Amino acid sequence: MKETIRKLVETFGPSGYEHQVSALIKQEIADLADEVRTDTLGNLIALKKGDGTGKKIMLSAHMDEIGVIVSYVDEKGFLRINPIGGVRTLYEVMGRVLFEDGTVGVIGVEKLDKPDQIPPMDKLYVDVGATSRQDCPVKLGDVGCFWQPMVEVGDYLTAKAMDDRIGCAVLVQAMRDLESTPHDVYFVFSTQEEVGLRGAMTSAYGIKPDLGVAVDVTLSGDTPEPVVKMATALGKGPAIKVKDGGMLATPWVKDWMVKTAEANDIPYQLEVLVGGTTDARAIQTTQAGIPTGCLSIPCRYVHSPSETVGYQDVLNGVRLMVAMLSGPVEM
Amino acid sequence: MILEALSNAFGPSGCEDQVCQIVIDAIKDHVDEYRIDHLGNVIAFRKGTANPGFKVMVAAHMDEVGFMITHADESGMLHFVKVGGIDDRTLPAKVVRIGAKRMPGVLVSKPVHLTLRNERNKVIPSDQLVIDVGATSRAEAEKLFTKGEYAVFDTAFEEWGELVKGKAFDDRVGCAVLVELVARGPYPFDFYPVFTTMEEVGLRGARVAGYSVMPDAAFVLEGTICDDGPKDKDLSPTTEVGKGPAISVMDRSVIADRRLVRLALETAEAEGIPYQFKQPGKGGTDAGAIHLAQTGVPTVPISVPSRYIHSPVSVLGKSDFDNTVRLMVSTLQRLTPDVVAERD
Repeated sequence: MKETIRKLVETFGPSGYEHQVSALIKQEIADLADEVRTDTLGNLIALKKGDGTGKKIMLSAHMDEIGVIVSYVDEKGFLRINPIGGVRTLYEVMGRVLFEDGTVGVIGVEKLDKPDQIPPMDKLYVDVGATSRQDCPVKLGDVGCFWQPMVEVGDYLTAKAMDDRIGCAVLVQAMRDLESTPHDVYFVFSTQEEVGLRGAMTSAYGIKPDLGVAVDVTLSGDTPEPVVKMATALGKGPAIKVKDGGMLATPWVKDWMVKTAEANDIPYQLEVLVGGTTDARAIQTTQAGIPTGCLSIPCRYVHSPSETVGYQDVLNGVRLMVAMLSGPVEM
Repeated sequence: MILEALSNAFGPSGCEDQVCQIVIDAIKDHVDEYRIDHLGNVIAFRKGTANPGFKVMVAAHMDEVGFMITHADESGMLHFVKVGGIDDRTLPAKVVRIGAKRMPGVLVSKPVHLTLRNERNKVIPSDQLVIDVGATSRAEAEKLFTKGEYAVFDTAFEEWGELVKGKAFDDRVGCAVLVELVARGPYPFDFYPVFTTMEEVGLRGARVAGYSVMPDAAFVLEGTICDDGPKDKDLSPTTEVGKGPAISVMDRSVIADRRLVRLALETAEAEGIPYQFKQPGKGGTDAGAIHLAQTGVPTVPISVPSRYIHSPVSVLGKSDFDNTVRLMVSTLQRLTPDVVAERD
């Protein structure tokens, strides 16, 4: 599964520009789905049919990652950038940006008013080695992602875009491992989550499932003086969401996920996330409302180029998802 | 120029009736039908010359930023809340028109002679400003207005050579372009011109209009941010007057559909129409609501650069207006179902 993860996280795909990720996933799942389609907003929707006795279940993991869009190219060929999604300049300065055509640039910073200040976005620029506006290979409106290759750190995997390619990887692997299901399962690889759950909104409206489950990363509270005090830790299993900043998981869905984990001896943790939300919120509030839960992979350094997850949590996340889909659901 | 009547009309969010009437009078002879929905949106329809069932919506919002009167105080001054995003720095000493009677009033301001040095460097928050309507007591003031009445800036439309000046070009210029597009129809698709309400308070009209029309493609016409004045270093202006319609790739509310962006660019190149990109990441439009309707709608915003929007006065270039109409007419004439049939 590590190779799938590597391919997924190293692919270019900021919000609205997920087509390379979509093409890769399409290839990976070619023989695993009964139907595959792409909708208006670019969501990749794969249906695995059940035996007719189950429910209509929508699973969603988002393909997009945070990134930047070029807002200006100056006379010397330096780029100015605006953020796509929740970009924190502190995490990106002197890092690298990858553009769609393969061009790589360094994120530089102007002299700051105070040396210990966190630089505002308009003090950053990208250096792609151009010497003038004319010879700059990147144009206004071009989109870039932050660039780092994946590395293994102990039992952990570190890369850009774990948020949420790791969710995509869990769904791809679940499709591979799922032997049979009573349910019609819609595996949705969604777009534009980082700019407001946009892909999940329209795909959930179109599918109108009986039940929804998003797969996304959550924060981890197990580092020195963590940003947020949180009970989640790497290596203690996938997290079952109780609440985040935008959603209260439907209680019986959460309970069903817990019971399934316990019945199958899969380690799990409960998650209460103070801020942020996932595709689950969009699914839950579509049409007349859908019972919805969320399976989370705890992740350190979220929205940085070194997002870090525990590999065992990922494998156990797949096991839990497969177990959830393999049996009937009492609604 | 219909922009004059539209700009002078009284139409803050939720009170677009006068604009609505001007729009209906202007389009009714050029459409097959029109209706006003529950949120006040004007939704018109003109049958296409080809591709029956292929629905294209073009939207512009009728509302402008303004004020709502909340109460009068003992001294007869009117207190208010802002409707939509207005920069508090632009308010003191500006004249407004209030309510159905268009009663004049002025936002109070202390004369410079009386201000202390440190006061001159501070912005007075709008909740500390009041409107003077000449009343001397609460009772007298309460005879002049009803709670909840709206006010808008008192700015008359004028032609300034190649430029025009007026209030509310965001988005009466979009309405004016859309009226022109209607007059120049029909198009090779089922055309839904939609004049929306309550954009400035959160894209509210467009949300329900997008849902009910559920088009196959949509364009949003705007009077957009323009900051082409002097700058202290080599940085991008959002848009510039005189450089043609501004095509949006991405703003806070939408990532524009690449196929429609490409169609507009190819059209501009083929027809020799000047155009510019709006600086990505700035502002938001009705496109933010329309592209998320139901199962999603390919959408792109196209704007006329307008200086000083969300203030008492806006200024735009006549050539940008004309070129926006040209670009939109030509783009719509080239729009066929296969443009948006498959995502790339």
